[in-house]
Order: sequence, then structure tokens, then C-alpha cells
Amino acid sequence: MSPEAQISQPPSRWQLLTDVAFRRLCVVFSWLSVLLVAFIVLRIAFAAAPAAAQYGFGFLTGTTWDANKGQYAILPEIWGTLYSSLLALFFGTAFGVAAAVFLSEGYLASFAFAVLKIFHVEFHRIWGKIPQQAENLLRNLIELLAAIPSVVYGLWGLFVVIPLIRPACNWLHLKMGWVPIFGTDLSGPGMLPAAIVLSIMVLPTITAISRDALTAVPPKLRMAAYGLGATRWETILAVILPTAARGIFGGVVLAFGRALGETMALAMLVGNANQISVSLFSPANTLAALLANNFPEARPKDVTVLMYAALVLLGITLVVNMIGAVILQRASGDLEGGKA
Amino acid sequence: MSAGPLPVEQQLNPLSDIDFADLEKSLLRPRTLMSGLLSALVAAMTILALIPLFSVVWMLVWRGGHKLSALCFTQLPPAPLEQGGGFGNAIVGTLIIVILATLISVPVGVLSAVFLEGSDPRNKLAQAVRFAAKVLTGFPSILAGVFAYGVIVLATGGYSAIAGAIAVSILMLPTILLTAEDAIRMVPAKMKEAAIGMGATSTQVTWMVSLPTAMPGILTGVMLAIARGAGETAPLLFTALFSNYWPMRHGHLNLMQPTASLAVLIYNFAGMPFQNQVELAWAAALVLVLLVLVTNLIGQSLSNRQVQ
Repeated sequence: MSPEAQISQPPSRWQLLTDVAFRRLCVVFSWLSVLLVAFIVLRIAFAAAPAAAQYGFGFLTGTTWDANKGQYAILPEIWGTLYSSLLALFFGTAFGVAAAVFLSEGYLASFAFAVLKIFHVEFHRIWGKIPQQAENLLRNLIELLAAIPSVVYGLWGLFVVIPLIRPACNWLHLKMGWVPIFGTDLSGPGMLPAAIVLSIMVLPTITAISRDALTAVPPKLRMAAYGLGATRWETILAVILPTAARGIFGGVVLAFGRALGETMALAMLVGNANQISVSLFSPANTLAALLANNFPEARPKDVTVLMYAALVLLGITLVVNMIGAVILQRASGDLEGGKA
Repeated sequence: MSAGPLPVEQQLNPLSDIDFADLEKSLLRPRTLMSGLLSALVAAMTILALIPLFSVVWMLVWRGGHKLSALCFTQLPPAPLEQGGGFGNAIVGTLIIVILATLISVPVGVLSAVFLEGSDPRNKLAQAVRFAAKVLTGFPSILAGVFAYGVIVLATGGYSAIAGAIAVSILMLPTILLTAEDAIRMVPAKMKEAAIGMGATSTQVTWMVSLPTAMPGILTGVMLAIARGAGETAPLLFTALFSNYWPMRHGHLNLMQPTASLAVLIYNFAGMPFQNQVELAWAAALVLVLLVLVTNLIGQSLSNRQVQ
């Protein structure tokens, strides 16, 4: 027999058997992850069913949550969830997209390059690497914002953000109290500190996805705009951002999903007050914070009600996330079409 | 009418009839000024966006580092108004929960990824797995806790480290699954085909070629998932709950009793009106962030190695 024939040989029966077994195992584990999601949704839905039957649609439109009287409704929480998320999205999008433009335009690298040029070391073996390294460092720093646990953000919000913004907020209330959004004073936890911290938490998502969308814009579009005499920002505003708009929007919707489900920072900062107010400074509550605060000491009767609230939160986040995923998928399809 | 021969200097330099002074843009022209101002604005906003990161790190080092000592790692949490104390049991609890969660989510995630990589993209089950992973990526962490409460806590009749670990593993699964699938997909087809040509079964290809080659990428995903899992608080609040004692019973490790974790300790102590507890919360936050960042950095260095 030649050596090749000894190295390559048909599998033995035992090997074929383990092959089939392992492949079956992979299929079983794949089913497991699919069934897990289905099981989660069904388990929460079934646990919520008694409360859903008892309180029905009024659960979503009423405003009282009183465990002693057995009255439960979550309109203030739905309002607080949407209000805090939209506020966070407003700040997060402004700063997140700005950071994405800053990263995708390579400002830092060209700045570092210009500095190196002054010392005539821009192509030096070691110094010449600095522009690229600085760019990577900046990107990693923004991603680090996402790595910090939300409970640490909550702690930071309690002891840094609230004391920091309180004088300014109370001054605004004093001077411009007739404007509804400044209608109350900030006496501690409230909507604005919660929204600020939440916006910091969603910023990395928006920046990462927007940066991907911006760098995916075909370079020839930029070159064409420059060739027509556009300045850098005329190019960005009229060509690059509109082309990347759908990708950025998809990122914003996904960040909205994150903000809706975020729990700890809000449970610590939003004030857990069962009320509807447009004031930025008044305490409020969110669905996730309601669950976090009430579950640990829930009686069996309360549990079904809380499960109903969890089901509402699940429904809202699932819908928002799916819309975001679909938009992102279409956005990448668009650009692939543009390249062809 | 034919043009005469060009002057000598213009033949030598075809650009000599261009007035360069006319081409220069003044930085003060409205269009260029606008561009410069917007660039400055974007730079300022990027720096502003990073200030919270530095502020958090500074506060952790300043307030947490101030309190941090060897006692923090060995002592139990103090009662209200009691001085001193630490969070040794919370560190142990976090490690137990994260290790258990990793043991649950890694096999499911990696084997699902192997299945995804090996299957036709039009396969219904493959599509369902990918959809499930995407749903779990955006899944609110508190709902993982609600689920584990409904399934484990109510069934076993008590709060436990196991329930906490299951809740955390749900949140770790999508990261592991999606990064593992990407990593396995990056393995060059040539290597797999060579193995198949030698008569290897697809299981042998997976174990001897795909998984070893994709290992750095898979480990990156696992590390990122661990970093995320270690910092999760919401799913532990009413699954592992909290405890002021070591997770032991009769001198043995006990996984079926309420277990402390760093994240829940921070949450509980942050809201207390006692100076000692608040300082311990900062110290615990410093330990937790260091734990998360180190895991993150290990994961990133692994992924860099794969690129090279």
C-alpha cells in the first residue's frame, strides 16, 4: 500500500456512528435555543393570563397601582418608559451620530498626522503608527461605555449626575416654571437624570451602527462631491448622511429597544413615582423599574399582575427590535445594490 | 488659424497660466467657515460623550479605591450602622453565578453555531435559530429574571444561585452563539475540504479543524458574554436575591440558597442612608468594573490574535 492510501481512509463504522450522533446533538441544541425563546414568551404569557383576564385592556389605560385595594394599572409606567427612552434617544442620537461622523471622517488620525508632520516623523517606523492607534483607541473608548455595568451607571448617576444638575434644574424651574417641561423642581431622582444616564448607555450602540453605515457609503460618492467643489461638510450633510440614513435609523431603533428594556439605572434614578408628568424634573416610573422594585417582595396574587406588566414590556421591545432589525437588513441591501 | 508655438516657459510648465492665488480658499469664506465650525462642533461633542466614561472611572478610583482594602475581599457585608465589613461573599457569589451560566450557555451556543455553520441558509431550523438569537440580543435583561423566577424559583420554592445562573445564561447565549458562528465561518474552506478529502467525517472536521482554528474567535465571544453576564443586576434581583452570608450550608457549597452578588450588593447599598454602606458600594463597583474590563480586554486581545 502507498503511504497516501494509509493517511486517507474511509471512516470506520464507529466514526460514522459518532458523526451521526454529534450532528443530531447539534440539531437538538439548536432546537433548544429556539424553544427557549418560545418557552420564555409562552411562560410569561401563561403566567400573565389570569391577570389579563381579570384586568383586561383597562390595565393599560388606568393610572392607579394599589396592591392593598387590588387595583392595578400601568399607564404611568408605559408613559414613563416611552418618555425616558425618547428623551435618552434624543440626546444619544445627537451625540452618537456626531461621534460616528468624527470617527468615520478620521479626524483624529489626520490631526495626529499633522502634529507628527511638524516634527517630520509622520512616516517614522514607530511614530508613524500613532494616527491609526489613536483612531483605534478612540473607538475602543466609546465601546467601553457599553462595557460598564448599568448598576454602576446607576450609582454614578445618584452621586454625580443628580448633585451636578440639580442647581441648574431648580434655577430653570424658578425662572421658567411656566414651561410645562420645567413644571416641577428636581428634589432628587427624576426623569432628566434618568434620561441623561440612559442616553450615555445607548450612545455606544448608536455610534457603532452609525459608524458602520457611514463607512459603508461607497467612496466614489464622496469623491464625486469633492470633485464638484463641495466642502467637507457639504459632502457629509448632502451626500454621506442621506446615503447612510437608513442604517443610522436602524441603529437608533435598536437603541430605542435597549432603552425601553433598561432596568437598573432607571430603577435607581427615575424615582419610582406612579404619576404621569411632562416635567423633566419630576419623579416617574418605568415598566422595567416597576418589575425590579415589586418582584422581590411580591405575593402570589401580585405575581400574575407583574407578569402581565412583563408581557406588555416584552411586546413593546420585541416589536421595536424587529422593526430595527428589518430596517438594518434593508439598509445593507440598499448599499449592496448601489455598489453593483 | 493655427496657434503659434507656445512660449518656452509654458512648454516646460503647462500649469504656468494658472493663477494659484485664485485657487486658494480663504478659511473665512462662509462655506469653508461653516465646514470648519461643524468639524469643531463634532469634535467637541465626541469629547463630551467621553466625559462620562472618565468621570465614572475617576469616581470609582477615587471613592472606591479609597475604601478598598484586603478586608473587603474576606469580610461579610456589615449590618446597618456597623463599621467595616466587606463583600467577600458577593465576589464568590458573582463568580459562582457566572461560571454556572457559562457552563450552561457555552455548549448550547457553540453547538448551535456548529449546526448553523454546517446547514443550508434556507434551512427552516437555521433561520429559526438565527431569529431566536436576534430576539435574545435585544431582550430586556429584567425579563430573563422574570422568566427564571416563573420557571425555577416558583418550581423549587426558593431563591437560588441556580435560578440566577439560568437567567444570566439566557443573556449570554446570543453573544456566544453569534460570535461562534462568525468565527467558525471564517475558517478557510480549503482546510475543511482537505480534511474531507482525507476521509474525515463532518464531526471530525468540526472537532479537529473548525473548532481549533476558530477557537480564538469563539473565546472572544465567551469572554464578552462573561463580561456582560458579570455586570447584570436585573436578572439576579429576584432569582439569586441577596444574602449576607457565604453561599455554604454545613460547610459545603450550596447552590440552592439565596446568593449574594456584587451587582445586587451595589444596588442594595447605593440606596442606603449609611456612609459605610455607600462607600462599600463604590468599592464593590470598582471591583466589578475591573472584573468586567479585564475580561473584555482578554476577549479583545484574543480576537486581535485571530486577525493576525
